[in-house]
Amino acid sequence: MAPNDTAAATTMSVGAARRAANARPDLFDVRTPTPYEIMRGRAKSHPGFLVGMSIILVVGLCALFAPWIAPYNPFDQDISRRLINPIWGINSTWDNPLGTDAFGRDYLSRLIWGARVSMIIGIVAPAAACVIGTTIGLIGGYFGGRVDAFVMYLINTKLALPGLVVTLSLVAVFGGSMFVLICVLTFLFWDRYAIVLRTVTQQIRSQDFITAAEAIGCSRTRIIATEILPNVLNQMIVILTLEMALAILIEATLSFLGLGIQPPTPTWGNLIAEGRNFMFFKPYLVTIPGLALLVLAIAINMMGDGVRDITAPEGRN
Amino acid sequence: MVSFLVNRLFIAIMVTITVSVIAFSLLRLSGDLAAELAGDDATEAEIAAVAKAYGLDRPLYVQYLDWAAKAVSGDLGQSIFSNEPVFEILTGAVPTTAKLAVYALILSTLISVPLGIIAAVHQNTWVDRLALVIAVGGQAVPNFWFGLMMILLFGVILRWTPISGQETLAHFILPTLTVALTSIPQKMRITRAGMIEVLQSDYIRTARAKGLPQRSIIYKHALRNAILPVVSLTMVQFGFLLGGTVVVETIFALNGLGFEAFQAIIRQDFPVLQSVVLFISIIYILLTLIADLINARLDPRIRLS
Repeated sequence: MAPNDTAAATTMSVGAARRAANARPDLFDVRTPTPYEIMRGRAKSHPGFLVGMSIILVVGLCALFAPWIAPYNPFDQDISRRLINPIWGINSTWDNPLGTDAFGRDYLSRLIWGARVSMIIGIVAPAAACVIGTTIGLIGGYFGGRVDAFVMYLINTKLALPGLVVTLSLVAVFGGSMFVLICVLTFLFWDRYAIVLRTVTQQIRSQDFITAAEAIGCSRTRIIATEILPNVLNQMIVILTLEMALAILIEATLSFLGLGIQPPTPTWGNLIAEGRNFMFFKPYLVTIPGLALLVLAIAINMMGDGVRDITAPEGRN
Repeated sequence: MVSFLVNRLFIAIMVTITVSVIAFSLLRLSGDLAAELAGDDATEAEIAAVAKAYGLDRPLYVQYLDWAAKAVSGDLGQSIFSNEPVFEILTGAVPTTAKLAVYALILSTLISVPLGIIAAVHQNTWVDRLALVIAVGGQAVPNFWFGLMMILLFGVILRWTPISGQETLAHFILPTLTVALTSIPQKMRITRAGMIEVLQSDYIRTARAKGLPQRSIIYKHALRNAILPVVSLTMVQFGFLLGGTVVVETIFALNGLGFEAFQAIIRQDFPVLQSVVLFISIIYILLTLIADLINARLDPRIRLS
């Protein structure tokens, strides 16, 4: 390395140094990559993660920009254009690429709008459950003793209840609004965070850096927030992605049983429920929204596995 | 062992009591029960009379204790909808769901355990990849939709199986497939992870060093330890399936617990609903307790820690 290069490097900003490193990799090849760079490198060469993320991004954009993307209003009925086949069927038309439903509503538009409910539920409910479950798990794992016994009692009670039956009952009593669904699904999903994070916290708790933090007089809240929480983020994110897929599937199940967001609002579960009566002559009414659910759930799982491989590859098995 | 037993029993009893309180309060969620029982155009006096007749005018904790005491002796009240005793509705529904759960667990074990073992022994080969694809796919398939697809494929297009009802064994084929799919991924992952861990342990290395054949190492030595978590998972899954087959039973018109629960929810038939919740919870608590005890018996590290 020439002396003037070193001088230039010392006056460079970090960003500029990285750009230079990218332009001339031989110049900085002894530099140890930061953890962030290692993870970015793993992410870029992880096909499952990339494919999963792309699909989620596409569905997310559809949900966000549904009014502009969808070719028709998903509520507009046209009795003269009922049950038109999708383009691969007979008597189909490019005006309705995925055909129309029993009320003559454009199926592609309803599918695009349906992504909204799935995405909102899939993000908000697991996130809320994450906050509650993580808090409970951290508290139980860190404090131990009676506090932990109480946390275990809460978890055991939750596990003993038949989740789907209780969820259905609560939705039946309080109605199938978005707010109720999110609250009920939050109740359904908090336990896995609590179980996993409690165990992980127990393992971290006895390590030296926690003892050190306690020795210099950090408050318990501070230890939990700044010492333990960053070390359990991996596990938290992995559970979060798994629960996202699950929340989307459960929401669709509730809609299918008629206890979710009420028709005529397009949700993928509602589409399947409405199409079910025509399933034997018009199978596409059920196959298309089901495939949409399947693809989204697989994409989320692929992203979740990817996040685990990227952040903590040692935990692969 | 004794302190472990006492501790575990204590938790089980506490959870049972809490669950029964929750099941009891499901009945109160509906609002004024007396007004509902009396009908839409009942007068104040009539509602009060109904409340008195059903004991709804007493303090809540008295009502709870009364209900719990009756429940212990098998008297679960009557259905608001059909006036049938809830106990008989339950005993009529349990066999169907139990059958479905047992078939599904047998099928899923037959698929997931061998697949998990092969995937672990031949790590990172095509079998392992296939197992991963099945695991991810099985987790992501919407259960109710898979059931409908099964009906469409085997019932309507191929006409191999009946699509609704519960008269013969053939009626259970499609529901069993649908339910089994949900319990395969988890069990396969646990078998695979357990096998990988055990195969790396010292005693397996010793067995290899002694020159034992691969077959005997895997099936006689490794599997015995790797199968422990699978056994307890299967018991937990059985408890879960008793309450988790609502959708499948609805789709395939099976008259089981899940279907009764769903009917009760739709008809606001709370005595039936709370009994189903209580029953499923207690079975689950018992099964996890038994699983824990079996594990503690087989693995001294658990009961001594």
